[in-house]
Amino acid sequence: MAILNKKSKLAFTDPLMASNPISLQVLGICSALAVTVQVQTAVVMTLAVIAVLAASNTTISLLRNKIPGKVRIIIQLSVIATLVIVIDQILKAYMYDMSRQLSVFIALIITNCIVMGRAEAYAMQNNVKDSFLDGVGNGLGYGGILIAVAVFREFLGNGSIYGIQVIPNGLYSNGYENMGLMVLAPGAFVILGLIVWLHRIMAGIEEE
Amino acid sequence: MRSNTYTLVFTSVITIFFGFLLSVAATSLKPRQDINIEIDMKKNILGALGLKPKLSSKWTIEEVQNVYKKNIIGIVLDKNGSKTDKNPKDIDTDKNEDFFPIYIHKTSDEINGYVIPISGKGLWSTLYGYFAIEPDCETAKGITFYKHGETPGLGGEVEKDWFQNNFKGKKFIDENNMLVGIEVVKGTVDESSDDAYRQVDGISGATITSKGLEVFLREDLRKYQPYFKIQKEFAG
Repeated sequence: MAILNKKSKLAFTDPLMASNPISLQVLGICSALAVTVQVQTAVVMTLAVIAVLAASNTTISLLRNKIPGKVRIIIQLSVIATLVIVIDQILKAYMYDMSRQLSVFIALIITNCIVMGRAEAYAMQNNVKDSFLDGVGNGLGYGGILIAVAVFREFLGNGSIYGIQVIPNGLYSNGYENMGLMVLAPGAFVILGLIVWLHRIMAGIEEE
Repeated sequence: MRSNTYTLVFTSVITIFFGFLLSVAATSLKPRQDINIEIDMKKNILGALGLKPKLSSKWTIEEVQNVYKKNIIGIVLDKNGSKTDKNPKDIDTDKNEDFFPIYIHKTSDEINGYVIPISGKGLWSTLYGYFAIEPDCETAKGITFYKHGETPGLGGEVEKDWFQNNFKGKKFIDENNMLVGIEVVKGTVDESSDDAYRQVDGISGATITSKGLEVFLREDLRKYQPYFKIQKEFAG
């Protein structure tokens, strides 16, 4: 990673661990609860968020010296909304079943606090390369948690991971039952809470 | 601080640019999206009839088109059950009260079944699906749901095979030739009961979804009774 200076590297790695958007900044929780019933939907959602974040951070950073301060939030919003609608349209055209499962949550990336948060807090002040990396990093940090939650929920709630049955049928005939709570929103809260706790211990962060 | 003129010009340029980008994306992707919606509808009609893809475990676009073209004829009925010259594609079942689309499953000249669109309120949402009927016009052949917003694991179970398979062979017409509909019971059907011929196992924890389904299924079937009466007379 010699081509990247320390700041760029930090832009990319910081959101993965030390300032993870979900577990440390507690942003983007609603979608983390909604699309994590299955791993597959979580993966597609992650890819969509990474694409939006990277593209919006890059665009905003390119325009950062041109955007009038008075209307900067509106401009950021129109950039983000455009990108999200384009991605939604692409999913509808090429991954129809997936777009039906994700339903409104793709469109709701517009209101995902991570995207606007990064545009306002990072891309407005930093160069294009760093902003792009910051976008990808935050997308991955968000997606990592999303997929972790989804793995637990799908495994406990459906007995499968990424649609592949992992709990043998023999167990079911011996009285094993899927945990119904896990497919509901409260199950996501429990799992997410545990993951945030674990992540904070690992990152060595204490709330005072 | 920049001048107001600059702000206005900048915002206009941005708006026009992104507006243009969006219209290009929307128009260029529209044909593909329309195909997806059409294929999905056809897949659901075939699914309600119990037709499965032969080539692989999943339908391909070509296979759906072929099987549908060979087997299914879509027509639109009026209130009296007579055929009209309208196309089912042009009928929005949510808005249109007077015309009812029906899909007939025909192989060579024999009728193998009918499919009607069904929709109505569950607990949280409107459920949309298709209901397939045997050629005798009184026995259920299958049911599918393609759109709903019910709780996964509870009301959402309506889209699962175990629930849908329940309906096969159940009758919605009683011995006096009256429309009684199919009843979703609590728990499992008591096979010794007199009404077992028109009952299906319920979903635990989804009473309101089940009751809703029961009602809208009966109401939707009612709309087609004039047509089925004519068909029965034809059959003798």
